[in-house]
Amino acid sequence: MPIIIKIEKCTGCGQCTDSCPYSAIEIKKEKAFITEFCNDCRLCLSICPEGAIAEVAYRNEPPLLKDEYRGVLIFAEQRRGQVASVSLELLGVGRKLANDLGVELSAALFGSSEKEAKELIKWGADRVYHVNDPSLDSFNDEPYSQILYELITRYKPEIVLAGATAIGRSFIPRVAGRLKTGLTADCTSLEIDKETRNLLQIRPAFGGNIMATIVCPEHRPQMATVRPRVMKRNIYDPKREGEIITIPIQNIKSRTRVLFSINDSSESFVNLQDAEVIVSGGRGLGNPEGFNMLRQLAQLLGGTVGASRAAVDEGWIPYRHQVGQTGKTVCPKIYIACGISGAVQHLVGMQSSDIIIAINKNPEAPIFNVSTYGIVGDLYEVIPLLIKKLKEAKQ
Amino acid sequence: MKIVICIKQVPDTSEIKIDPVTNTLIREGVPSIINPYDLHAIEAGLQIKETKGGKVTVITMGPPQAEEALREAISMGVDEAYLISDRAFAGSDTWATSYTLSKAINKLGYDIVICGKQAIDGDTAQVGPEIAEFLDIPHISYVKKIEEIEDSFIRVQRLMDDGYDVVESTIPVLLTVVKELNIPRLPSLRGKMAAKKASIPRLTKDDLDVKEENIGLKGSPTKVKNIFAPQFKGERKILQGDLEEQVNELIQILKDLKCQ
Repeated sequence: MPIIIKIEKCTGCGQCTDSCPYSAIEIKKEKAFITEFCNDCRLCLSICPEGAIAEVAYRNEPPLLKDEYRGVLIFAEQRRGQVASVSLELLGVGRKLANDLGVELSAALFGSSEKEAKELIKWGADRVYHVNDPSLDSFNDEPYSQILYELITRYKPEIVLAGATAIGRSFIPRVAGRLKTGLTADCTSLEIDKETRNLLQIRPAFGGNIMATIVCPEHRPQMATVRPRVMKRNIYDPKREGEIITIPIQNIKSRTRVLFSINDSSESFVNLQDAEVIVSGGRGLGNPEGFNMLRQLAQLLGGTVGASRAAVDEGWIPYRHQVGQTGKTVCPKIYIACGISGAVQHLVGMQSSDIIIAINKNPEAPIFNVSTYGIVGDLYEVIPLLIKKLKEAKQ
Repeated sequence: MKIVICIKQVPDTSEIKIDPVTNTLIREGVPSIINPYDLHAIEAGLQIKETKGGKVTVITMGPPQAEEALREAISMGVDEAYLISDRAFAGSDTWATSYTLSKAINKLGYDIVICGKQAIDGDTAQVGPEIAEFLDIPHISYVKKIEEIEDSFIRVQRLMDDGYDVVESTIPVLLTVVKELNIPRLPSLRGKMAAKKASIPRLTKDDLDVKEENIGLKGSPTKVKNIFAPQFKGERKILQGDLEEQVNELIQILKDLKCQ
């Protein structure tokens, strides 16, 4: 809220000027004057001996009744009638947040699958708002934004979470814009500040070089998108019960129209995010042929091949294999990093893997800081031998 | 057709390092570049102009030195550029940024607004769709191909996580574009000359129909509470012995994990 000077009380003593950490108070004609540098830190309020500094509400804008907002809502994304795995992960983190706040966890599902609505309860939702209409089976920004906006204004959750997927990242910003509230993208960790009930939203920035904690203290709901494969699901409970509220749609206008969807998963999309084993290569491979060796190893282990940004930038392997901040976030059972030094941008994309095995010549490589097991050595000696022994063991 | 392109000047994040002592970003000596996705937005705008005619305007919001990015855009062939710059805009989050940009776009007039998919410093991908919301026009994200464009409608391919969608929209519309869309052209000699001479008008808060409480730090619902260096926890068990022994131990580990 803005800070103002009550001119009639101000004596121009200048104590506030000296105390302001932002140098945002000037004395003009023996009266204090607050400049555009003011950061609303409120320090000056207690300094002024005359009580001439005050905080006022913005004009035309009634103070937000934060307490009216209760509960956690997740957007349960579906594609081709099937709820995306990130939605189940949202129920996992959403459950934890709801328990910490002592509130309910609900899910919003758009589209015609009644079976999926029930599944969401078993995965941890207390309530499902099922906007049941076949026109919502395929994703379209305009109706999705409109309906989610209406749900939020009607049920007033204090937290809204969605997946940081193509769908979530496209339409959730519109909803936040319309609600005039904050939205934090690509969170990797979410916690509740017990004192204020505020959501602490932690996300990487500057290509993963730094982590930032973002808060949205004065606006509700607090909205965030969460990267897939970062949060853990709840345990599936087939006996769990909850409420399903079916909501009909009405008067939805759309200026965009989805003509058809092409599923391209077979060819040019590598299913890194569902792989249990990933064998990744980096600059240390030295040449594109190195990936043939990694493919062989991946095949023996029933896994798939990933890559660091360095290897992709060199043109040794297509972008769709890239793991890291600007590629995919992965969480396999086993991640084998071969010739990857471990730039932060890579580490944020794979650090939550269950077991990380690093093979690198340089014992000081940062990749060893995240690894469960490390081999310091030449990957062109280690991996061929590993492949040979794995083959022998198979026979 | 009036095309407005939003660009951002960003630090080249692949060059950023962390000061290991203070845990802060070392920004000195890090080159500033046009956000790579925005180069594809500029190229898309120029191509639309080449087929449909019209005018391409590029805008950026940022400190005075962001003018360099605008000059670079002019050297690629855009017709005009505006710098949206005011101390009062400092500290804007995505909400306040989108609000301010939408006011500038409204003032300049538009049929199509084009943004890069996301900026590489924040990686939020939020500003494009939020601008569309404030302008009350539709948007299509992650455009990888423009199939057809008429005066009042456009049909594009939108890249999704598992394939792509073919989407139609009325015009005016906002597009956010991905790298697959095109290959950005290099500046021409003539363009470089034009860039040197071009005058770049600056739009401040007084030029735009903005409300004080919606701009800058005050207009930003989100605040940065703190920043810290990423923490990693690994057990760091380095396998010992000669190559044979190390590989044998690794195989045992994989076996224990039921991986063969």
